[in-house]
Amino acid sequence: MIKCKTSKAIGGMGHSVKRKEDARFIQGKGNYVDDVKLPGMLYMDIVRSPYAYAKIKSIDASKALEIPGVVAVVTGKDLEKYNLHWMPTLMSDTQMVLPTDTVMYQAQEVAAVIATSRYIARDGKEAVIVDYEPMTPLMDPHKSLDADAPLLRPDKKDQTNNHIWHWDVGDKEATDKAFDNAEVVVKQHMYIPRIHVASIETCGCVASYNKVENHLTMYMTTQAPHAIRTVIALVAGHVGLTEEKIRVISPDIGGGFGGKVPVYPGYVIAIAVSFLTGAPIKWIEDRSENLQADSFARDYHIDVEMAGTKDGKIQATRFKVLADHGYTDASANPSKFPTGLFSIGTGSYDYGTAFMEADAVYTNKPPGGVAYRCSFRVTEAVHAIERITDIFAKEIGKDPAQLRFENFIKKEDFPWKSPTGWEYDSGDYEAGLRKAMDAVEYEKLRAEQAEKRKEGKLMGIGISTFTEVVGAGPSKDFDILGIKMFDSAEIRVHPTGKAIARFGTKSQGQGHETTYAQIVAEELGIPYEHVQIEEGDTDTAPYGLGTYASRSTPTAGAAAAVAARKLRDKAKKIAAYLLEVSEEDLEWEPGKFFVKGAPDRAKTIQEIVFAAYTNHPPGMEAGFEATHYYDPPNLTFPSGAYICVVDIDNETFEIKVRRFVAIDDCGNIINPMIVQGQVHGGLTQGIAPAMYEELIYDEQGNILNGTFMDYLVPTAVESPNWETGHTITPSPHHPIGAKGVGESPTVGAPPAIANAIVDALSVYGVTHMDIPITPYKIWKKLKEMGKI
Amino acid sequence: MHEIKFKVNGVEQIASVESRLLLVHLIRENLSMTGTHIGCDTSSCGACTVLIDGKSAKACTILAVQANGKDITTVEGLATAEGLHPIQEGFKEAHALQCGFCTPGMMLRAVELLEKNPNPTEEEIRWGISGNLCRCTGYNNIVKAIQYAGAKIRGEEVPSTEPEFV
Ligand code: FES
Ligand code: FES
Repeated sequence: MIKCKTSKAIGGMGHSVKRKEDARFIQGKGNYVDDVKLPGMLYMDIVRSPYAYAKIKSIDASKALEIPGVVAVVTGKDLEKYNLHWMPTLMSDTQMVLPTDTVMYQAQEVAAVIATSRYIARDGKEAVIVDYEPMTPLMDPHKSLDADAPLLRPDKKDQTNNHIWHWDVGDKEATDKAFDNAEVVVKQHMYIPRIHVASIETCGCVASYNKVENHLTMYMTTQAPHAIRTVIALVAGHVGLTEEKIRVISPDIGGGFGGKVPVYPGYVIAIAVSFLTGAPIKWIEDRSENLQADSFARDYHIDVEMAGTKDGKIQATRFKVLADHGYTDASANPSKFPTGLFSIGTGSYDYGTAFMEADAVYTNKPPGGVAYRCSFRVTEAVHAIERITDIFAKEIGKDPAQLRFENFIKKEDFPWKSPTGWEYDSGDYEAGLRKAMDAVEYEKLRAEQAEKRKEGKLMGIGISTFTEVVGAGPSKDFDILGIKMFDSAEIRVHPTGKAIARFGTKSQGQGHETTYAQIVAEELGIPYEHVQIEEGDTDTAPYGLGTYASRSTPTAGAAAAVAARKLRDKAKKIAAYLLEVSEEDLEWEPGKFFVKGAPDRAKTIQEIVFAAYTNHPPGMEAGFEATHYYDPPNLTFPSGAYICVVDIDNETFEIKVRRFVAIDDCGNIINPMIVQGQVHGGLTQGIAPAMYEELIYDEQGNILNGTFMDYLVPTAVESPNWETGHTITPSPHHPIGAKGVGESPTVGAPPAIANAIVDALSVYGVTHMDIPITPYKIWKKLKEMGKI
Repeated sequence: MHEIKFKVNGVEQIASVESRLLLVHLIRENLSMTGTHIGCDTSSCGACTVLIDGKSAKACTILAVQANGKDITTVEGLATAEGLHPIQEGFKEAHALQCGFCTPGMMLRAVELLEKNPNPTEEEIRWGISGNLCRCTGYNNIVKAIQYAGAKIRGEEVPSTEPEFV
């Protein structure tokens, strides 16, 4: 049970209060971007390339323009006149808004059709005739650096091949030495495939430029509205659109998971067209466009090695990554982190040394590099370390749970410096794994497995004990386009004791309207129901970097607590004045200050706030509001211990997840119901890449599964009944001791599932399989091994 | 253009529509009832689910003209003067929604499911909603919400919706 400091009526931290936002969603009154309808609004549809790599010989829009209702067709050449045909990416690369001569991936935007209705815009799109001269695309990143590979980015000065960047971290010399001297070395090549976040709402916008006011209102599916406003100002400043004239509104968002962080060409075209026509422009992409052209996630080819002793002491790891970025590096990472936070890859284990390196290359695939519900490439790292740990255990003949226990960083060793430079804040890995093992009855399962094996049945048990790194981030290291990754909260309490609080983040389903209200309730004793939360309007909310990478609670949540504490200090002064005592004589309990030893002499927070407007102490500023921009001193390091049990049919190789127990440690919990909901959802997005999802391209660059018919998002049938629990190790540096949780399960689940499947198949001598692991892949592998 | 007459949430409607207009666009754009959502272009996600004469249907896969003479229920028609429909209450109580985008379609699908099978097993619920995708919740709590609504409709005591931890 979680101990609560506040009453249920106040509903502070630890209470599973029901969500405030639900009322509108269950009654069809949400306000998503496609629900926005403005007078005179025009609709935009986008002509896309059927080829992965081709020269554009000509674009003939005449037939389209003959269709009644088609207002305009916009091409790269049109945007070129305003120098808007290219835009910068977050990683200092460049991306086409619309091409002037070459297309670089299948489904790339080629032209935009503007019309008076959705249907007519689609008619217009069908009528635009583009003459292409196809070229042979470069699809295999392993061939990107071959001497005969086409130079994909001749537009970039100094670019003589398809290499984008090299990155490394750790002590190479010490690591190589540890490997040279090790008793046991295991290696594995792993591919973490390209996948797509596929939030059920696709991306879109309504760009509404008011010529008279020279003012743009941009309704947009964005996880980071403030950053977007600054980006628009930087890109469009030269045509007179400056930051005070831009208002970005991020309405209700139907799931984000990282896919709504980037700026897509469609947004920019819509703004440009609205700017030129003065009409509001709505652009809503189809699911197929979303899957085929919006930012991908993952796509890392990893060679991972582990060195250690025969009796199971892990000594070193080495990682070598080839990152396929498509035709531009449009990753959504903090500026200084080209591989995101991949360097968390030493995991939950205490060993001396590690070395990691990565090289990124161009190919003719769509750009991206977003999270898929993960903190900047943590999932790739965790998959590699958790898989290689199992491979190591197998090699030396030790139970994988035992190997983990023997190598965990100990509870008392925190804060702990990792060989790649992190300072882990806190953790109790042993407690988590014990709890998970007790919940599944691990010993019994191993006994059952031994029996099943005698009967020729395939059963596997897989463990993953991961450490996440979230809450980006401290301003000394973390920025996006130079803007430091703080986040903010502003709390205003009205005379009657009811409040509104505004934030620089933006919920996409995480439940901020409830959890932020609970933080304010916890700190000020004002019932959570009396705290209105607002986010996503850049005209009203304080500046912040948005919601992704599980950063909202670590940053904006902390800002709320600190802002509320500033108000509590003010409340204390007012209470002392009203009760005619000195501040030192007062004591706080949630909701009121009272005189020590005389609990009857008290002032409630509501009385105090009223006085702030009606009877404030002489010399004190009237009103009751506070703002805080929180710059975290460190990241937070949530962790988890997951155990998966699978049964595999030994003829069809159908995989059934019999049980999955997830013990998460996200520090102090604001709302257990919401945390559990986040874990459930994240686990389903963990089984998805482990068993179902992968974006597949053929050699010509055609995407083979670019719709929901064949890109397999798990339904309620594929998704098992998740069993969840927690341990609580508060973050020592976070004001409320919370760590963030939204992504842990997506990060931790895939290796638990893969480890379970490989464990089941180990009877055939299988030591590794790349995800997604499907019955067909198992059949194929066993066939190749000559086992069936 | 075709003249069609139909009912939405009990209210008579008349519309003049192109043959190719999809029912989902008729509802969302012509009638400005935006609770019905669109999540795909291949009839795969179920975000657009409505009830047509009580049967759940994907409104992105039906032409508006096919609605002629039909009685349509959308999410806006679930609550009555007496309050929320049991399925709405179940979704809120059991925390069966996060971003809320799949929720209207998911609830309408569940309404028909419970009508046909008032006391479904977990497995029947999971198969029953397998035409509707949710990317946020992991489905555990959607199952719970439907069980809650089922109990409520049957007049039985509703199951606890407190989160259970191992
Ligand atoms: S919108 Fe996806 S099934 Fe109708
Ligand atoms: S609640 Fe977001 S898709 Fe279901």
